[in-house]
Amino acid sequence: MSIVAVIDYGMGNLRSVAKALEHIADPDTTVEVTASPERILQADRVVFPGQGAARDCMAELTHRGLVDVVKEAVRSKPFLGICMGLQVLLESSEENGGTAGLGILPGSVRRFPDGMVDPRSGDALKIPHMGWNQVHQTKPHPLWQGISQDSRFYFVHSYYVAPTESDQIAGVTHYGTDFVCAMARGNVFAVQFHPEKSAEAGLALLANFLCWDGCV
Amino acid sequence: MGLAKRIIPCLDVDAGRVVKGVRFVGIRDAGDPVEIAKRYDQQGADELVFLDITASSEERETMVHVVEQVAAQVFIPLTVGGGIRSINDIRRMLNAGADKVAMNTAAIHNPGLVKEAAERFGSQCIVVAIDAKQVSTGDEPPRWEVFTHGGRKRTGIDAVLWAKQMADAGAGEILLTSMDRDGTRDGFDLPLTRAVSDAVSVPVIASGGVGNLDHLADGVKQGKADAVLAASIFHFGEYTVEQAKRTMAAQGIEVRLDE
Repeated sequence: MSIVAVIDYGMGNLRSVAKALEHIADPDTTVEVTASPERILQADRVVFPGQGAARDCMAELTHRGLVDVVKEAVRSKPFLGICMGLQVLLESSEENGGTAGLGILPGSVRRFPDGMVDPRSGDALKIPHMGWNQVHQTKPHPLWQGISQDSRFYFVHSYYVAPTESDQIAGVTHYGTDFVCAMARGNVFAVQFHPEKSAEAGLALLANFLCWDGCV
Repeated sequence: MGLAKRIIPCLDVDAGRVVKGVRFVGIRDAGDPVEIAKRYDQQGADELVFLDITASSEERETMVHVVEQVAAQVFIPLTVGGGIRSINDIRRMLNAGADKVAMNTAAIHNPGLVKEAAERFGSQCIVVAIDAKQVSTGDEPPRWEVFTHGGRKRTGIDAVLWAKQMADAGAGEILLTSMDRDGTRDGFDLPLTRAVSDAVSVPVIASGGVGNLDHLADGVKQGKADAVLAASIFHFGEYTVEQAKRTMAAQGIEVRLDE
């Protein structure tokens, strides 16, 4: 019997994440979408999703008394951050005129600059970065197991993480510039893309997470 | 290598069944939404759009169940449009498992809705659908206006300016349909697509008029669309999504293909 908690703090489409986890989970695994600190801390694994604006995410986490819960989960169990659930792990974000993050991973969050151009076609690159792009795995990790190098995952975001510790980078993607799309530190793995919306490659990553013991 | 151009099959849903389309004469039943969605997913569709064309509000509830069932089995982005009129409608669809909602008429009648929705749920899930028709004639510079009611009602709103205004209000994407081309199989209105894509900084999905696979490539290369949407060419097995991708790849367009 194993419990995976999806942290519900009112941001974004938690149902998608839960449905994808339920689809791949074995019968002994229970997927629980919850805002309860007790349930989150009792779970064997924690998924931290998120969409929307950084300031709203931080406000909701604070309002629901979940800041310390997330920090405790990060210390103690296999932890998967997705999209905004990656970005708020860093120290600060340029979004909303400057927003403090949880400061769990060193680095900041930046906006894609305006005026980026596709070097091949000469066309302006759209923001948000939306669609299927390639993920280049920069180091081996249990969550990459069985996923081909440069597989495509689904992205939708206007901001990206800029970590200061290069050994915490697990994957990069190119969109006008090379940006970090996956970070790993100990029992924490966090991605900018949406594995729950990335067809087989995404389901493979989630399945890897469900059997990960948090060790690298 | 980089971001792939997306191919998006569109499913018109009437009272829980996928139909060929409201704009085609004599609707032909094309089947079960979950089965069709799974088939497109297996063929490599990058996203799916479900358009609820149900007339009666009682039957609207069936769309929520359709979305719930599809979202439990298909793990690519799902957009739902048709009958979305309020923040509450948006929340219901997102909770059912939709990733994005598309608003059309409601955005025209209540322009504040897009801004409010983007602030509440994030721009990433707010799509504004624009039905446009050319209104210029002869040697005039091309001009398009927004139409409603399946292309019958003219609004007087310039389509390119409207797209810009909606992107500024917080729309994360524009779904642009040429009502001149819809159902014709003559290809996208490329000047319209190009004009809107050049005017906005958010992605544009081209729609309306696809009759063959080269049309899809034209939408990207000449129309500068970020994604291309088609319905009828996929529904009856005429072409698969994979064939569409191979055709586009052969023309140098980056697509997501299993190698």
